[in-house]
Amino acid sequence: MLSRRDFLQMSMAASSLYGASGFGNWAKLAAQQKLSQNQLLEFGTFGNISLIHVTDIHGQLKPIYFREPEVNLGVGNAFGKVPHITGSDFRKLYGIADGSPAHYALTYDDFISMANGYGRVGGLDRVATVINSIRADRPDALLLDGGDTWHGSYTCYHTQGQDMVNVMNALKPDAMTFHWEFTLGSDRISEIIENLPFAALGQNIFDAEWDEPAELFPPYKMFERGGSKIAVIGQAFPYMPIANPGWMFPEYSFGIRDSNMQNMVDEVRSLGAEVVVVLSHNGFDVDKKMAGRVSGIDVILSGHTHDALPEPVLIDKTIIIASGSNGKFVSRVDLDVQNGRMMGYKHKLIPIFSDVISPDTTVAKLIDEQRAPYTNELSEVIGKSESLLYRRGNFNGTWDDLICEALIEERDADISMSPGVRWGPSIIPGQDITREDIWNVTSMTYGKAYRTEFTGEFIHIILEDVADNLFNSDPYYQQGGDMVRIGGMGYKIDINKPQGSRITEMTLLKTGEIIDPSKTYIVSGWASVNEDTEGPQIWDVVENYIRRQETISVEPNSNVEVVGI
Amino acid sequence: MKFTRRETLAVSGAALVATVLPLKLLASTSDLISGITGGAEASGDGINLTAPEIAENGNTVPISVDAPGAVAITVLAAGNPTPGVAKFNFGSGSGAQSCSTRIRLAGTQDVIAVAEMADGSFSAAHQTVKVTIGGCGG
Repeated sequence: MLSRRDFLQMSMAASSLYGASGFGNWAKLAAQQKLSQNQLLEFGTFGNISLIHVTDIHGQLKPIYFREPEVNLGVGNAFGKVPHITGSDFRKLYGIADGSPAHYALTYDDFISMANGYGRVGGLDRVATVINSIRADRPDALLLDGGDTWHGSYTCYHTQGQDMVNVMNALKPDAMTFHWEFTLGSDRISEIIENLPFAALGQNIFDAEWDEPAELFPPYKMFERGGSKIAVIGQAFPYMPIANPGWMFPEYSFGIRDSNMQNMVDEVRSLGAEVVVVLSHNGFDVDKKMAGRVSGIDVILSGHTHDALPEPVLIDKTIIIASGSNGKFVSRVDLDVQNGRMMGYKHKLIPIFSDVISPDTTVAKLIDEQRAPYTNELSEVIGKSESLLYRRGNFNGTWDDLICEALIEERDADISMSPGVRWGPSIIPGQDITREDIWNVTSMTYGKAYRTEFTGEFIHIILEDVADNLFNSDPYYQQGGDMVRIGGMGYKIDINKPQGSRITEMTLLKTGEIIDPSKTYIVSGWASVNEDTEGPQIWDVVENYIRRQETISVEPNSNVEVVGI
Repeated sequence: MKFTRRETLAVSGAALVATVLPLKLLASTSDLISGITGGAEASGDGINLTAPEIAENGNTVPISVDAPGAVAITVLAAGNPTPGVAKFNFGSGSGAQSCSTRIRLAGTQDVIAVAEMADGSFSAAHQTVKVTIGGCGG
């Protein structure tokens, strides 16, 4: 159980370098000089097995800025527990010094000056350097990708995921599970997976017609590493046909299927597995519940909800690892497996500071090759931002405020809706907004911006429905997205009430009037899961809006009043 | 850029979506179970109901029930206008006392399975199945 000490070594080193001089004055040069690649990679090989976990990369090949959420509320048993702790409370919990690299990597506050000091994060060429370094310590380390990899950028959209497939293949993963990949459509998914040089796993990916395990996705794969037998069981995102357009992959059914998970754990144990690893896209709270219901899982590598935690969470005998998103982190988990069981573990969440970790030249070249055909389109400057643009947060973020405003203006609507997705990098004040930046927060295969009429009553039903998918006290009934973002309308939400009574005081902002249930409003939104949605692509709507504005300034949004926290 | 009304189209599922409102339960789960058992106590042992937590499609929700030794299994949907879904009878020659089917759910509600055992005792299981509009997937 060395994880805390290991992590504290890193944060203590940083605080002694920076002293206690408070927030906000970190020169970029100082940050780069004080923080070294060796420090970030320092580990001390432990036990006989190493796992490397990456997840929710969302197409981000190059370094980006990524602000973690300020508002991440837990309900029921999750109230006040990680990952539902943010900012200074999070730093206090883990002993992270204010102004330290871990502060910048893991919490939201003082983001602008810290971003100026510490620079961008991520980049798969840097991730490659970290993976190579771990493999230098432990040549047979397992690299496991939790999915949401082949989605989320201009190049990923235009190559139907091929850019990500090419670069990830160069990193040589051993197994992967899935979520947004399915929005490429089932034909494309089949085409990629039939040629994939590693295991595509999902014990909960079933044939929709017969409700039997889908042939293309085996439930697990057995590996032999460090003299021990390891089973890796895949768990794809359970609610794909609900949260995303099921018509794009009608052949498949998902669900949590924890009784089948138990069967698979029992099966791999009977085949001699000494350690059982679940590569999961459940989301953190669902993984916690599953760890308490399914016995015999040693490690859950958790994805989907984009949480980054510097220590594993222990549920009974299962450790759960959360490795962040957008290429910002890599988790290394070393295991000591003896006499057929896991005796100990050591863990480090490695933040990918792109100015500190040097890029792997082979992968850097491969990334540039993927981007080369699109260089002009990607780099075109559309406008400039005076404000910090970010997405994460349960109710809103400035990027979505901007998108919602663009929908109202460009589509002449009363109210706008933007999906509560968790992907999409941040933009810091003074930064140009390029076409690539816009695609990074909007790219998807069902991005058309509809314009329609909804009654006030129906708008209320939508908000109640989405709120229950986020704040149902049983995580198995949550879909894992954040609240739908609303433009042009304010509301009050009591997160602890049951579905149907959480949302009150819906107000049309342009007039200040309370929304009338029987009245009709013009609503524009995007990312509808319905098949025949029509309208311009959202990235074109946002680009046109930003181009007309030239300089973007987004005021803090106080249109959602949250009670019950 | 200007958009005319004709370029745009209403979200096609709007009418369909209106059918997935969470319904007020027409009958309580315990009342429905009592209705099958004739008021006798039903234990939770020896019966396993498998249903999705959230339906992928409320019009066709796969469920299965396994109750070794049962002579009959009754399936109910507590929130449907007509809660009774099916009754499966097992003769002495039945190899296994299990059944699976797909049911239509009018909204978020409890799905109930009641097994009548050979000795006349009852076992019951129930699970909430959520029917949702969807979208906004992480």
